[in-house]
Amino acid sequence: MTDTDVQLQPKKKGLTRRQKRRLSRGAQYVVFVAAVTAFALAADWDRLRNQFAQKDIAEQMFPEIISLALKNTVLYTLSGFAVGLGLGMVIALMRLSSVGPYRWLAGVYIEIFRGLPALLIFIFIGVAVPLAFPGTEIPGGTYGKVALALGLVAAAYMAETIRAGIQAVPKGQMEAARSLGFSPGRAMVSIIIPQAFRIILPPLTNELVLLFKDSSLVLFLGVTLEERELSKYGRDLASTTANSTPILVAGLCYLLITIPLGFVVRRMEAKAQEAVK
Amino acid sequence: MSRPEIRVRDLYKSFGANEVLRGIDLDIGQGEVVCVIGPSGSGKSTLLRCVNLLEEPTKGQVFVGGTELTDPDVDIDAVRRRIGMVFQQFNLFPHLTVTENLTLPQRRVLGRDKAAAAKAAAENLERVGLSEKATAYPSSLSGGQQQRVAIARALAMGPEVMLFDEPTSALDPELVGDVLAVMRMLANEGMTMMVVTHEMTFAREVADRVVFMDGGVIVEDGTPAQVIGNPRHERTRHFLSRLLDPAMADVEEETSDQVGGKD
Repeated sequence: MTDTDVQLQPKKKGLTRRQKRRLSRGAQYVVFVAAVTAFALAADWDRLRNQFAQKDIAEQMFPEIISLALKNTVLYTLSGFAVGLGLGMVIALMRLSSVGPYRWLAGVYIEIFRGLPALLIFIFIGVAVPLAFPGTEIPGGTYGKVALALGLVAAAYMAETIRAGIQAVPKGQMEAARSLGFSPGRAMVSIIIPQAFRIILPPLTNELVLLFKDSSLVLFLGVTLEERELSKYGRDLASTTANSTPILVAGLCYLLITIPLGFVVRRMEAKAQEAVK
Repeated sequence: MSRPEIRVRDLYKSFGANEVLRGIDLDIGQGEVVCVIGPSGSGKSTLLRCVNLLEEPTKGQVFVGGTELTDPDVDIDAVRRRIGMVFQQFNLFPHLTVTENLTLPQRRVLGRDKAAAAKAAAENLERVGLSEKATAYPSSLSGGQQQRVAIARALAMGPEVMLFDEPTSALDPELVGDVLAVMRMLANEGMTMMVVTHEMTFAREVADRVVFMDGGVIVEDGTPAQVIGNPRHERTRHFLSRLLDPAMADVEEETSDQVGGKD
């Protein structure tokens, strides 16, 4: 016992604990300032400005980058989200089904589509499907293909999220509903799923952000001028102008949507945290 | 006693190797109020949950209003409409207001129109004395208020039988009275009630019969005066003495059915 007493005493020799802490923090600031200064000195600012911030190039992108490219990005994302949500819901319910083969099939789907890069799915939809089934046309042209490709990937993630949400609803809710005479399906739709969605709203919104970025993979489908979204639009313009400004502007357009969405998610999470307390 | 409203015949229920109910026979007549008492783990809640088939009995029969619930072909949802159930943890639907908690089941299950459901909801909220909370959400209510809403929700379905699973066990002591008052009112109105409870005063004053369970069997069954006032079995006496005067209980070896839960 006396050993610990001795250890807890501040040492008389050398730096005190508080001094050490102060020194460590000071060192971290020094490293930070040094790194920023080194970058500022090393960067060729004129060149960077030339490459990324040509005002006239940026100006000629408007309004098309909003009215066409951003609009298409949003359209692709929302349609993919809708397909993913519908399919994800079906898969989540299959995963919770009392019928074995349904559970098994849903599990296989989730493992496969969560494990494959979204890019492969796009290539599969854009190239393999038309070759394998000649004459079949995915309805909606590019829009239909994107909705399907994004939806297939998103469904795997959303199915797991929805399943977790349904299981997070207390068991007593289902019991109360059943004891009032609800059939299992009706109890699920009227009582359980509405509560599950409250729980999973933040992760679902996160999924929307991910889809927003994944919509850039459209460029592997080969799109017409009218169907270009932010990434393709920025890249095309960057190659015609031999300048990177359009890439930067396109990037800022993504952030225009993702940053507010991220903010909304954090607000919802904080609110949900409060509700638990 | 007229035709029994609830009838349990030779009921067995096991959870895996754990045999919770071991041959229960019980009749509850129309308008009768029966309190089921007993130590935790005695199977009283399981018995109650078997009466509306929230738990599937392993063996035996359950009849409510002449319909056999244990018949595999029975329309269980239809039978459950006639059986109201009140839970220890209230189980209100937290995403709905008080009124919506009452109207949604009526509309979805009974197919009542909006006006009829709203009318039944308002009437039953008034019966439990919570008309002013009609638009509140359950989370803003006290436990006692939530439980009264839960009772009103069950009543709005027009049940012939009400089951209560330790309705006051999750409440702060000062809120128990309001809930018991509502239950007493129902009993006086002639509702058939099966109540699992630890409230001995309620059992003594309101119940027509008291059933004492221990170890998955009914040990004693009679009027409150008999079972509570003058128990014949040692197990009943032991349980009652511990319940009525917990401060005087001796320290003793814990056995499986005396390990106290939160009740």
